[in-house]
Amino acid sequence: MSQITLIIRHEVGLHARPAALFVKTAKQFESDIRITYGARQVNAKSVLGVLTLGAGQNAAITIDVEGDDADEALATLQTLVENNFVENNFVENNFGEAG
Amino acid sequence: MKSFQGITASSGIAIGPAFHFHRGDLYFERHTVTDPAAEWTRLKVALATARQQLTAVAARAKAESGKEEADIFEAHILMLEDPDLLETMQQAIKGQSLNAEAALQDATENYAQLLETLDDEYFGARAADVRDVATRVLRILLGVAESPTAGLLIPSIILARDLTPSDTVLLDKSLVLGFCTVEGGATSHTAILSRSLGLPAVVGTAPEVLEIPPGATLALDGGAGTLTLEPGEALIAAYRRRQTASATLLTQARKDAYAPASTRDGHRVEVVANIGNVAGVAAALEAGAEGVGLLRTEFLYLEQTHLPDEEEQYQAYRAIVEAFGSQPVILRTLDIGGDKGLPYLDLPHEMNPFLGFRAIRLCLARPEIFKPQLRAALRASVGGNLKIMFPMVATVAEVRAARTILEECRAELLAEGQPVAEEIEIGIMVEIPATAVLAERFATEVDFFSIGTNDLTQYTLAADRTNALVAALGSAFQPAVLHLVRNVITAAHAEGKWVGLCGELAGDPLAIPILLGLGLDEFSMNPPAIPLAKQIIRALTLEETQKLARAALALDDAEAVQELVKRRAPAVNL
Repeated sequence: MSQITLIIRHEVGLHARPAALFVKTAKQFESDIRITYGARQVNAKSVLGVLTLGAGQNAAITIDVEGDDADEALATLQTLVENNFVENNFVENNFGEAG
Repeated sequence: MKSFQGITASSGIAIGPAFHFHRGDLYFERHTVTDPAAEWTRLKVALATARQQLTAVAARAKAESGKEEADIFEAHILMLEDPDLLETMQQAIKGQSLNAEAALQDATENYAQLLETLDDEYFGARAADVRDVATRVLRILLGVAESPTAGLLIPSIILARDLTPSDTVLLDKSLVLGFCTVEGGATSHTAILSRSLGLPAVVGTAPEVLEIPPGATLALDGGAGTLTLEPGEALIAAYRRRQTASATLLTQARKDAYAPASTRDGHRVEVVANIGNVAGVAAALEAGAEGVGLLRTEFLYLEQTHLPDEEEQYQAYRAIVEAFGSQPVILRTLDIGGDKGLPYLDLPHEMNPFLGFRAIRLCLARPEIFKPQLRAALRASVGGNLKIMFPMVATVAEVRAARTILEECRAELLAEGQPVAEEIEIGIMVEIPATAVLAERFATEVDFFSIGTNDLTQYTLAADRTNALVAALGSAFQPAVLHLVRNVITAAHAEGKWVGLCGELAGDPLAIPILLGLGLDEFSMNPPAIPLAKQIIRALTLEETQKLARAALALDDAEAVQELVKRRAPAVNL
């Protein structure tokens, strides 16, 4: 199992577009991905779960990943959060139409 | 023949069939099913259908309104596909043999309530999205048509409990003759929309109007605030005569839209536009506006994920200022906070947003928001005739503080070598009674006033303009409001300053004679109201309106004032 703690710097927090991007990215991996914020832990592939965390700007979230592609998943999600949810072409090309 | 009395929201006459706008009855019973597997399939089919609808809606939104709008529907799709949500629903159907509707509602409502309990307005707002998605799927499960306007095939009078912006966007306006709603006041969404469309509307009627048989003939008199069921021939004939008279007036008004507005005895006033975005420029110019009396700058800040930077604002202001050439454009600085939040600003939730931390109060406390806007405005000033106006001013100290920051910005720009117009008129909105009462003190601090009667009325009468129960009380025709307006005009004129009015009142045909008589210099209104307002001004004399205004000030209530105008100036009773 791999784990990392990240700070959400985006103004709106893990909400709206950042939440959608996060979930879309998580769904691309086979691994089981969970996010913990405060006392709650949710499935990172569930947009409703992620939203109900209420992780606003400057929230510290912990991501736990377990599965075959865990390392790659963790690295990708880390990049997404650290790049402040700036959409790169990779995400646009692969998930832009995926809904 | 039966009449229903409501509140005037938009004047004008309409005669036509009744059409009920309702969102569809989504009633269902909670029960157990004998074949849970088939029930689960039924739900999955409904979810797939909803997904198809949303994909189409998102594509259309992207084409028509851009990516931001489309993102909302993309998020809805993500919700539909949520694995946890699907699992919960599957559990309820397969495990407890619950019907699909109940399983859907339980699962989505659980999330909606979780979101609502979060102490964050913006996460809380997502509860509405979850419910919106649930409603969509529920409609499909119950076979209720998506559009509440299905069946609106001929021009009709729309009856509804209330109408929200998302409801009215569905309406084909060419099939709407007028509106009548049970809820809402003179400044409700229905009222503002109907005035901008030039359609008659009555709000705040008895709920019995919702029981009127569909298709029954109705006569709507927006100016009188009445809806008549099955009007007799005599009434229809009388209404038709008034319709013809006002149509003639309107035709003439449109023809003369570009001519100035002077009374018969030669008193000239300015008729300008309220606009809220760059697109409003064309509508204002086309309607014959002699400038912009109120440029709401919030459009640059809303529907964004970040504060607009100085350059972005400068480009927008410059484009608007240049479009009007030498005609004035009055830029109102950011009026945000309280009930008007921004998702990217961490503003506290307030118990009384209309009495809260907003507009100039917020801007003075947050120079990092205020200064880029002032700098952008100052830079745009070289493109034409820009004036700057501060909203929600309550004390002289606020005006001075705002002017100090403005001067700092000017000095900074000049030091950077950026050109700024030498003389820029600075004014304030008068929308707080404190400011109206002490107008003479403010008159020495500013170059002009613009009276915001919507807020001034609700603060003066202590009547929340979004509350239908007290909407009738909150009329800008209340003599107390008119006395404040007079006080402001008198104080300004004594100092050689001019006064505009940019509330809904400025474009109200019944109010124009009184405002003229009180000495108002500038009338600022939604563009569609401009041609008629000019025509009404041309039909009056300053002398007669001064007498009318004096008489109005002596009356006891808003109804008496409106009756007086109808009696003395029948031409404006449209």
